Amino acid sequence: MYLIGERINGMFKDVAKAIKEKDKSVIQGLALKQVSCKANALDVNIGPASSNPKEAMKWLVETIKEVTDITLAIDTTKLDVMESGLSLCKSKPIINSVNANEEKIKSLFSLAKKYNASIIGLTMDKAGIPKDSEGRMELAMKIVASCVEYGIDTSELYLDAVILPVNVAQSHAKEVLKTIRDSKMLADPAPKTVLGLSNVSQGSLAEYKSLINKTFLTMAIANGLDAAILDVTDKELVDSLITAELLMEKQLYCDSYLEAYRKK
Amino acid sequence: MERLIEKWQDKISEVVIGAKKPIKIGGETGIYFIDGEDKCPNPPVVAMEVWDMEPESWPETLKSNFGNALKDPGEWAKLCVDKFSADLICLRLASTHPDVKNVSSEEAGKTLEKIMKAVSVPLIVIGGLSPEKDNEVMPYCANVAKGENCLFGIATQNNYKTLTAACLSAGHSIISEAPIDINIAKQLNILICDMQFPADKIVIHHATGALGYGLEYTYSIMERTRLAGLSGDKMLSMPMISFVGQEAWRTKESKTGAKDTGVLWEIATAVAYLNSGADILVMNHPKAVNEVKEAINNFKQPTLSQV
Repeated sequence: MYLIGERINGMFKDVAKAIKEKDKSVIQGLALKQVSCKANALDVNIGPASSNPKEAMKWLVETIKEVTDITLAIDTTKLDVMESGLSLCKSKPIINSVNANEEKIKSLFSLAKKYNASIIGLTMDKAGIPKDSEGRMELAMKIVASCVEYGIDTSELYLDAVILPVNVAQSHAKEVLKTIRDSKMLADPAPKTVLGLSNVSQGSLAEYKSLINKTFLTMAIANGLDAAILDVTDKELVDSLITAELLMEKQLYCDSYLEAYRKK
Repeated sequence: MERLIEKWQDKISEVVIGAKKPIKIGGETGIYFIDGEDKCPNPPVVAMEVWDMEPESWPETLKSNFGNALKDPGEWAKLCVDKFSADLICLRLASTHPDVKNVSSEEAGKTLEKIMKAVSVPLIVIGGLSPEKDNEVMPYCANVAKGENCLFGIATQNNYKTLTAACLSAGHSIISEAPIDINIAKQLNILICDMQFPADKIVIHHATGALGYGLEYTYSIMERTRLAGLSGDKMLSMPMISFVGQEAWRTKESKTGAKDTGVLWEIATAVAYLNSGADILVMNHPKAVNEVKEAINNFKQPTLSQV
């Protein structure tokens, strides 16, 4: 499983404050903590409050680069902010994200080519997020077709079937699982699948958030999920993930299988 | 027709054995002997067994190759290196077993010193296979050979701590053995690494089955281990060793068959394990050693791409 650490996001108060006060230690601490928890990449999102988003993204990427050269997933909806992040990345970056709108695809796929980036493709468009798996698959197909059109290897694409909070859109979870399962058939090599996991428990009671995340992640892994944007510092969550992958025969069993996974 | 060449994400660790004339094993980034995939910088090597006593269980057809040298481990080792081109010597301290001669650690250490003086090739050192006695003898011998960067055996799930600590303090590599059980093999490597032992000083032994005596079980476990290692499982990405000689010459066919049956048995067993990923073959009969070394060289030549 490809783990993308979610913590460097301006939606979190400590990160928003650090961006505002240019406090490198908070950001670098979060980066190193997530790296030590076996993140394969770090999501980087400046959040909604910044007055100069381009500058804020530049500062975040440069601050992280001072302590680690891990892959960064530049997380923004603004094209110029995306490019300012991508242009500074040391390792092959990830674009987080593109949706199925024509103009988004055009501009972001060009950036992906320019910076040799992987892409997270959301199964949504101007009309929003489809209710069912069929609608999601239609948009997934559009994104996959664009990969071919732009000469981007489909194995560089992470399809995100967009999970909504269970407390407001309960019927979506099973549709997302079906989309994860079905999207493997869209291309050869198959596109990868990813989830912005924490969204599933957004708005639920604080004491149940981790449980909901853990349960849904386990179900998604059983349906073939390849990657997740999640809280890698949640040890129980990652333990569940490792165990689910073990049961799916993604790693060989041994008594210390949790330790073995973390030794990788 | 297009040939599909598998691309693996990881590589097998490289283990260096020996100090005077060190040998490097492992380092594979593909399956050995598959043309186009076999990015294997260090070809497999052949070690020959030398005992600290005349091996009574060996049949005459095997013993006769070594003559009086069987009575002198130093001479025996020299013969194996100079005449039979052994890449390494594997000293088996058989006489230390309480049911054999119960030879002391000090005596075993002297034998080891003799071998170290006689030859400069890397050494593998195996105890008498009595867990309690090995825990006395092996730390002593590890200390005698300090700095020689030998490969010591054999750590098992129930008895690995003493040997691991001894190898750690004297700077040797270690053989970790699980009897044809890939899950235990992985677990044992984790336990050894938990003692701060470096993973790139471990060589895996899955127990060896001779042709007709479980070869296919060991073969498939070794193959699975290699594939897991190449797929990124760090606790299985170690080189592997096979004790081919001891198993081939234990079979009734080798002991009672026609003159060359044992040799053929040993060759067939060794070549099978080469294909399953063995990096070190520990062998007995000079003729078999010669044939297998030739096979390694022949396998190394490109085949399909020449056609």
